[in-house]
Amino acid sequence: MDSIWTKYRWAFVIAGIGLVALFLSAYVVNEEEQVVVVQAGKPVRTVNTPGGDSGAGLKFRVPLVESLRRVDKRVLDLEMRDEEVLSNDQQRLLVNAYARFRIVDPVTMVERANNTDGVRRALEPILNSALRQELGRRTFQAMLTAERGTALANVRANLDREARQYGAEVIDVQIKRTDLPEGAPLQSAFRRMETDREREARTIRAQGTRDARIIRAEADAEAARIYAEAFGKDQDFYDFYRAMQSYEQSFARGEGRGESSFILSPDNEYLRQFRGRR
Amino acid sequence: MAGKNPWGSSGGGDDTDRGGEDSPSGEKGGGPRNPWLPGGGNDGSGEGKRRSASIEDIFKNRGPEGPRRRGGGPGGPNFRMPQRPGGKSWGPVIAVVVIGGFLLLSSVHLVEPREQGVVKTLGSYSRTLDPGLHFTLPYPIESVDKEDVQGVRAVNIPASNQRAKLILTGDQNLVDLSYTVRWNIKDLADFKFELADPIETVNEVAEAAMRASVAEKTLDETFTGQGRAEIQQRVRLRMQETLDAYGAGIDVRGVEIAKADPPGEVVDAFRDVSVAEQNADAARNEARGYAQQTLSRAEGEAEAFDKVYEQYRLAPEVTRQRLYYETMERVLAQTDKTIVEAEGVTPYLPLPEIQRRSRQGAPGGQ
Repeated sequence: MDSIWTKYRWAFVIAGIGLVALFLSAYVVNEEEQVVVVQAGKPVRTVNTPGGDSGAGLKFRVPLVESLRRVDKRVLDLEMRDEEVLSNDQQRLLVNAYARFRIVDPVTMVERANNTDGVRRALEPILNSALRQELGRRTFQAMLTAERGTALANVRANLDREARQYGAEVIDVQIKRTDLPEGAPLQSAFRRMETDREREARTIRAQGTRDARIIRAEADAEAARIYAEAFGKDQDFYDFYRAMQSYEQSFARGEGRGESSFILSPDNEYLRQFRGRR
Repeated sequence: MAGKNPWGSSGGGDDTDRGGEDSPSGEKGGGPRNPWLPGGGNDGSGEGKRRSASIEDIFKNRGPEGPRRRGGGPGGPNFRMPQRPGGKSWGPVIAVVVIGGFLLLSSVHLVEPREQGVVKTLGSYSRTLDPGLHFTLPYPIESVDKEDVQGVRAVNIPASNQRAKLILTGDQNLVDLSYTVRWNIKDLADFKFELADPIETVNEVAEAAMRASVAEKTLDETFTGQGRAEIQQRVRLRMQETLDAYGAGIDVRGVEIAKADPPGEVVDAFRDVSVAEQNADAARNEARGYAQQTLSRAEGEAEAFDKVYEQYRLAPEVTRQRLYYETMERVLAQTDKTIVEAEGVTPYLPLPEIQRRSRQGAPGGQ
């Protein structure tokens, strides 16, 4: 052992130093991150940036001189606080949006915002004001619906312009929520929904009554037509026939009818034969 | 040696030293120096030695001092390795076995049928593994991240612990909506490397898409099956479009609205509407009943008249007289009759009397 050590001492030392140097200079760049190599506080090159030619994998640097700044390469989110926006018809709406961005220029990002949280801090107020400005030009109804698409495209464009200063690219801005603010606006919305339904209920009931009346009247009319058709064949006979029915109905004894008493004169048509006269 | 040992006061440590000295000096030396062995001084020297030796063995094999005493030999504390041929240490062998096993384990990957795996070679994405048995380079060089890609994940919004969030409809009403989004991974590499937080992104995209879609509909449409189906469809398309724009590698399989209700604050008014609908239906039904009744009666009466009239036409005078007499019979048979014969006599009519009589005669009729 001793002899080998003495013989190859320098080789061992050089190999050892080489190994240490290798460990100090090699580094791994993951697929989901990008790296800025900084030399004495100054970015000298980047690895695995979007669109760059140097991808992820095993990389080398000059040990001790060059340091690394790792930056997320993935799509990051920028969450907005709930923001009360005033529409141009003076209605309040609570808006919550989010933006998705990606660091495309890590050198600029590192120089101007230090890290992704710095980018978020810088962009959040811009997102808020851009959104407020853009939606504030619209009516309440438009804020809710159709024009949302173009509004968001404008907000995205505005935000993207600002974000470029920080080496970021804004991919998308979406309104996550639009709510009525708690308190008076919400209560008045509920009140309106309630009265709306009350009106509806009233209309439905009235329609029901109307339909019922129409149905009855139609039936009555139809019945009248049937009667007229039948009885109109012989008015004289109908008069007689109906009179007979009516007498029976009026004078005959029956449930719930008053007693009838007749005082007949012998001249009565019915008693005609009674007297034996002809 | 006792001085060097920081745990010198322990029995095991002392025993060893004494063992060497005791043999020549006998029991006299052992008695005072070992107060932990009360029997040592009184019993015979042979027995004392035997006993101290047995305790020594126990400490040697099980005690905390055991392994140290062996002078850094290989093997565990209670385990003595058999001698390796050539008298060399086992250390390198074990190291090789452990490292080799680890390398082997980290280079063999079983990907389950529902899964896929992404392989990163020194941090850089190199390939995707389909189900089956795969070999990669061992750990520090290649790493594998497996994920269930077939399994459809369901997200409930709002989550069960969240308060219901009211959604504004296009006609500025509020609806209490809960829904489920089902998705799975379309492209594992995109899923892994494109979005910082894909699951959170799915939730946010779903919420944005749902609110945008509901805002295109009126309140009543959200309650009907047709409107709901349209909303579900639109949310799914919107989500897919947005997620594709992010390169999320996510496939939205379906969006199901579980519940669309009016907000709790106004639910009574909504119930009243359905009550009103029932009331209206009831009124219509009653009217229809009346109509049926009226028409049936009219038809019956007309039919009866027709029948009689038919007969009447065959013999008008006779039928007329017959009907007249029959009716008179029926009427007069059931009533009180008084016939005043004399001309010019004003009869006294005891009407109260008649009524009383009739009441007695027929208590049923009033």
